[in-house]
Amino acid sequence: MLTRLANPARFMRASGAVLPWLGLASAAVLAIGLVWSLVFAPPDYQQGESVRIMFIHVPAAWMALSVYLFMAVASAAALVWRHPLADIAAQAAAPVGAGFTLVCLATGSLWGRPMWGAWWVWDARLTSVLVLFFLYLGYIALVNAFDDPGRGVRAGALLAIVGVVNLPIIKFSVDWWNTLHQPASVFRLGGPTIAISMLLPLFVMAIGFLLLFMWMLLLRMRTALNERKAQALRLYGQAAQLGESRRRAAAAPAASIRGTATRAGAGG
Amino acid sequence: MSAVVAWAAMGGYAVFVWPAYGIAALVLGGLSLSSWVRHRRSAAALARLDERRP
Repeated sequence: MLTRLANPARFMRASGAVLPWLGLASAAVLAIGLVWSLVFAPPDYQQGESVRIMFIHVPAAWMALSVYLFMAVASAAALVWRHPLADIAAQAAAPVGAGFTLVCLATGSLWGRPMWGAWWVWDARLTSVLVLFFLYLGYIALVNAFDDPGRGVRAGALLAIVGVVNLPIIKFSVDWWNTLHQPASVFRLGGPTIAISMLLPLFVMAIGFLLLFMWMLLLRMRTALNERKAQALRLYGQAAQLGESRRRAAAAPAASIRGTATRAGAGG
Repeated sequence: MSAVVAWAAMGGYAVFVWPAYGIAALVLGGLSLSSWVRHRRSAAALARLDERRP
């Protein structure tokens, strides 16, 4: 199925069909998730109502990591197989991933102030996520840094692939180092340690974020394809115009010579 | 009414909870809006070029 969709024309048709449904589904799931997180989920017995920040912080963190992995896999596909949509997918994902990372960092900071007494600490988890944010920014800057877009895409793809090293560091930072950040409480051996009344809204928000990412990814990929096609059409139009004016320029002297010849003939 | 006020106060954590949701809405909403607007513009530009093509 992926190879079938690799054809840009087919991708445009298929993505155009699912786009409105993805947008609607994402809006609906996020609306349910928001009401659940802000109203129906119980306050934590230690953190009180501040625990509600977790319903965006944790899904945003999951998305920050997942989107990066997606970007790296797409970059690898672009480098190895020259997949026509792979580099477009990687470039479309990068700003969205950076956005999720920013949300993760900002909400974590807003939770850390009342709970830890600090907006920021340089512990392994926080520092490695900050590095992830800079990897996203570095990728975006690198892709746009070259006059030749092909070179920028290749350089960015290499950075994205090398940066994957950071993902296990983020995931296991809470086990490898003595961090202020709490250890894993959802995806861990022995099952989650969170009450189901909080786990459910957490997952609803995560699904909402995932759908939102997919919607934005398709929108941005379609934009890139539209822009590419428009650029090709413009170049084609310019080439056609140039060809036309060259033909006229080539034809003009002949016509004027013929003109003088007839006049000369008429005069003689 | 007082129930709504109590809820909005977030047990004294209102200054942390609401900005957290606000930042998330701003960042993700902004990204969504810019992605959507750019998509519409690119589609319109392409349609104009297609019309002009002989």
